[in-house]
Amino acid sequence: MEAMSYTPSGAELKLEDETFLSDDFLRQLINVGEVDILIGLPTHNNAKTIGSVVTTIRSGILRGFPRERAVIINADGGSRDGTPDLVTGVSIDDARPAANLYALRTLHSISTKYDGSAGSGAALRTILAAAELLRAKACLVMSPEAAHLQPDWISNLVHPIYRDGFDLVAPTYRRHKFDGLLTTNLLYPMLRALYGVRIREAYMPEFGFSGRLGSQFLGQNGWHDGNGQAGVELRMTLAAITGGYRICQSFLGEKEHVERRGSDLIPALRQTVGVLFSALETDFLVWSKVAGSKPVPTTGSEQELQLDPIRVNRKRLREMFSTGVSELQSVFQSILSPSTLTELQRIARLGEEEFHYSAELWVRTVYEFAASYQKSVISRDHIIQALAPLFRGRVFTFLVENRNASAIEVENNVEGLCLEFERLKPYLLQMWKSRE
Amino acid sequence: MREMIVSELSQAMHEMARGFAHYVPRLIVMLILAFVGWAIAYVVKVILRSILQFIKFDKLSENAGASQLLNKAALPTATEMVSRFVFWVTWLGFILLGVSVLGILGLQEQIASFFLFLPRLFVAMFILFFGLLAASFFSRAALLAAVNANVPSPRVLSLAIRSIIIVFVLSIVFEELGLAEQTMLVAFGIAFGALMLGLAIAFGIGGRDLAQRFLEEKFVRNKKEENEDELSPL
Repeated sequence: MEAMSYTPSGAELKLEDETFLSDDFLRQLINVGEVDILIGLPTHNNAKTIGSVVTTIRSGILRGFPRERAVIINADGGSRDGTPDLVTGVSIDDARPAANLYALRTLHSISTKYDGSAGSGAALRTILAAAELLRAKACLVMSPEAAHLQPDWISNLVHPIYRDGFDLVAPTYRRHKFDGLLTTNLLYPMLRALYGVRIREAYMPEFGFSGRLGSQFLGQNGWHDGNGQAGVELRMTLAAITGGYRICQSFLGEKEHVERRGSDLIPALRQTVGVLFSALETDFLVWSKVAGSKPVPTTGSEQELQLDPIRVNRKRLREMFSTGVSELQSVFQSILSPSTLTELQRIARLGEEEFHYSAELWVRTVYEFAASYQKSVISRDHIIQALAPLFRGRVFTFLVENRNASAIEVENNVEGLCLEFERLKPYLLQMWKSRE
Repeated sequence: MREMIVSELSQAMHEMARGFAHYVPRLIVMLILAFVGWAIAYVVKVILRSILQFIKFDKLSENAGASQLLNKAALPTATEMVSRFVFWVTWLGFILLGVSVLGILGLQEQIASFFLFLPRLFVAMFILFFGLLAASFFSRAALLAAVNANVPSPRVLSLAIRSIIIVFVLSIVFEELGLAEQTMLVAFGIAFGALMLGLAIAFGIGGRDLAQRFLEEKFVRNKKEENEDELSPL
């Protein structure tokens, strides 16, 4: 409560924000005063990469915005490897020699520990609250694992907000054609078909946003219910779309290949598909009126694909699909229509050569899952988990279809899938209304 | 002598008439209670049915696996079953109240014990319903986790979890009802032990190849797959 009297420049400090930020953190924010640019760094045991990330961010600020008041806010989830010390310990001189740059303003670095489990939305909430208190005009959130981060990423994300008045800058990357298959096969086409906005990376590891979007999202998102914490980056994209904010994309560069295991799929589904499905319920009045889709302004390339061959165990993907279809029959009976289930059972029996999970069948599957999620035919989390084996089947077909495909052919295949999602949107609406 | 017989007869008649006069109003009260009870029970049934339909109790019961059991036994829906049950319990309660008004010796105690038993019956039903719901939820969770982790025979695992929970719930239900507590305790121990032993035998001997494959997949294949790229979903 003491902090209220020290609030800088009359910033509207909400009681709710005040209580979850520590006194020490508030005191440091007050010392900083107002800023033009805020860079948020959510971390949790990222000592291996965070030093170079902070140095690159500082270089980016010095190079692109030497006259602006900037601050780096590190929201840490309780690291035990000294990550917060590495963030605050990087001096401005670390960035200067390499780039031959000179700062005209002090670049502050503040680290705070947020309450809540690591990786939850609590980190972003802390960053948003700090941005509101400091009245930041442009804010960025950077991934602490971004090993390929370049100084010009900062300019690419800040300029559209600071100079062109955009509210949300989503990134686009150069990445392997088989990376981000959940994004390519579900998130991008479904979000595009339903909301009518062609955002490639709606679940963004790095992104920029305006102070007004940040403030609005801070007040709007249900931070206290369990759902409001997962996939918060995607929630922010959806809030920007439904709130009518100006959105653009900015090409950043190569996205590093993050090593993942098969078990990562379920959390990824929860954070993306789960969030999207639950948002459909609240945003029904918005997406039900949208027809077709429009591209968003993009700086640089919309998508660049790397084509070098990689080894993938396709056989295992198909096996897990077939096992899933046969073992989860009782679960699928509650979720899918009889015709879709019969078709899935038919293709599950096919050999590797004949197996083909068509775009139309995949779209029907996803839409039926979305409608079942809305009706909570079984536990919603179980519905999301049940999608995993079917997604593996779709991935198998995508890998086979695009095994020798050029970048343009891959793009055409993704575009075909997107159009299928748009074409079958009335099917989802029909199910949605009939189930109401 | 004759006068004595007449006197005794008239006295007996008189007592019978007095007993009848004493009994008829109670009988009327009992009939009124039974009628009022029926009306109240009917209203309760209609209201309860509406509430259950509103909260989609049939869907909940389907999730719990109770609907499937009812279907197999050619019984009505869960909503109808609960509504009817409450109707009969309510009406029976009023009838027994009426019977107690009759003042029949020996019945009073039985009626009192019936009313004392009712809360336990409701608690037992509550435990049974939510126990079935939990069994269904956890068995489905295990099934999904096993399928997504590529564990062999996921349905066996799911069925085992379901059976364990149901056996456990039934033992609690019988204990709550106070029916054959000792027998149920022993039966539970035997059933639970048999289930565990069966699973151990099935997995260790019957499913030796399966166990071998599982262990190979767990420890050997991981090494093999280190040389293969994992696809990043996001």
